[in-house]
Amino acid sequence: MDKKTLVIGVIGADVHAVGIQILNFAFQEAGFNVVNLGVMVTQEEYIEAAIEAKADAIVVSSLYGHGELDCQGLREKCDEAGLKDILLYVGGNIVVGKQDLTEVEKRFRAMGFDRVFGPGTPPETTIEYLKKDLGVA
Amino acid sequence: MQAVLLIDFGSTYTKLTAVDLDAKKIFATAQDFTTVDTDVMEGFERALLKLKEKTGDIPFEKRLACSSAAGGLRMVACGLVPALTAKAAKLAAFGAGAKVIKTYSYKLTRSDIQEIDQIAPEILLLTGGTDGGNQEVIEHNASMLAKTETFFPVVYAGNHASGDICRDILESEKHPFYLCENVMPRLNKLNIQPAQGVIRKIFLDRIISAKGLSKQKALIDGILMPTPAAVLAALTLLSKGTSKHRGIGELMACDLGGATTVIYSIARGAPTKELAVVHGLPEPFSKRTVEGDIGMRYSAHGVVEAVGIEEIARIANVHEDVVYDWLNRIDQDKSILPATEEEKALDFALAAGALRTGIIRHSGTLEMVYTPVGAVYQQQGKDLSEVKLLIMTGGALNHTDQFEAIGREALAIQDTTVLAPTNPRIICDTQYVLSALGLLSTIDPETAFELLNNIFGKEDSL
Repeated sequence: MDKKTLVIGVIGADVHAVGIQILNFAFQEAGFNVVNLGVMVTQEEYIEAAIEAKADAIVVSSLYGHGELDCQGLREKCDEAGLKDILLYVGGNIVVGKQDLTEVEKRFRAMGFDRVFGPGTPPETTIEYLKKDLGVA
Repeated sequence: MQAVLLIDFGSTYTKLTAVDLDAKKIFATAQDFTTVDTDVMEGFERALLKLKEKTGDIPFEKRLACSSAAGGLRMVACGLVPALTAKAAKLAAFGAGAKVIKTYSYKLTRSDIQEIDQIAPEILLLTGGTDGGNQEVIEHNASMLAKTETFFPVVYAGNHASGDICRDILESEKHPFYLCENVMPRLNKLNIQPAQGVIRKIFLDRIISAKGLSKQKALIDGILMPTPAAVLAALTLLSKGTSKHRGIGELMACDLGGATTVIYSIARGAPTKELAVVHGLPEPFSKRTVEGDIGMRYSAHGVVEAVGIEEIARIANVHEDVVYDWLNRIDQDKSILPATEEEKALDFALAAGALRTGIIRHSGTLEMVYTPVGAVYQQQGKDLSEVKLLIMTGGALNHTDQFEAIGREALAIQDTTVLAPTNPRIICDTQYVLSALGLLSTIDPETAFELLNNIFGKEDSL
């Protein structure tokens, strides 16, 4: 029961169903408890799942370019729901077109995300950061 | 002849059904008023006399009973998130045949505790957190509940890690503590049967005797379950069948009463629409919901609020003032019966409105979402659109032969996102056999199934 718990899912109207399964598998293999909400997940669903499961992090995937719109206000809603310091990650094709990742990262960090991952990030990278941020040896 | 007597101590009527197990036949039914104020056995004896006028003085091998008298089984449910464990707790309590007076989410406050003392539930179901999930809220709630002054058993079906901690906080003379499996051990994984089993056991051990229903036990072999649980058992048997007979598949039922409207669905509710993504807490195969604000008499105003005065007036084909007038007369006399054609039309409209509201709240929804790759559908709850049978029952239908038209009118739902049955066969349980055969299923499921199938299963059955 010492395992850290992650809530993962693909946000918004996005139906890309394969990548999230791979992440689910990779995170579990890396020793996390994973609550996989699947595709088309609303902000409220991430938050409610995180409350019940006492999650340590919410990992948001977005692959259809509308991530920026979908993610707005998630941090504020977490604060409102009592998930004050929960770790928020986002990754995938989170914006439209090929934009400079440092600019994109800046915008998502301003929205309250702790880590921002661009297209093609291998799961190992995310796992490494999760372990570091959650203090897992 | 091997005769069994099946007894339903209802809130208004005590109903008796006599079944011949050898011939697999219901051979007599009778009813009389439930006498809960004095001794329920008085009403039972009167009904039994009526029955024996029909059957002669025959011996019964077994007498089984269910009960919803004296207010039924009154429960309070506590959970964490409204759409997750609080909903799971409510589904569990409804499925156990309870009336859920109130459901609480998140942390209980001092005023909540006062309110619970006023409600004085017969059982409180305490849930919250997945196994290994949130412990803080349920432990807080246990310590708040320890401050209540009324007696009620607590069924604990929350985060496994907090079970013993909550027992230490809460268990007392006033609050017997029953520990069971979590209603939601993992996120969106519903596990309500263990809690329901414990609720039923408490109902049998404690509540029956508290209500004076166990007097003269010699006459009855036992009250086995709350009436709604018996109805649910009968419907589930009819749908699933037995080891020897195939069931008739997915079905729904409704019970239209004066104060409440109850809806049952025995169905997986899997998407029938292509490309539908299912969201939210999965719902139980045998699902029961109770609408406490919707009914034909005590809750007639609730029906009008839910569907709108203009809709009731439209269905009844009268002016809105006439509807208000009928509501006023209902307020003055809850036992009023429709006499004129206009009054019958008004009751027809109320029944259709109540049923429609209950079905809409029970059914799932399907919403279309436009995405960059085209339209996709998001389903919440059960898709009941292809359910082929709707069984109607309830005291409110006693005085009408229009049940099928009421059902059709109720299902004429304008909102296309509602996944209610589109064109089911509609049958009325005119003989009130559902609860009786649910009881019978506990000792002879084959006979119970055969009788149910004869009444409801055939295409041409009434």
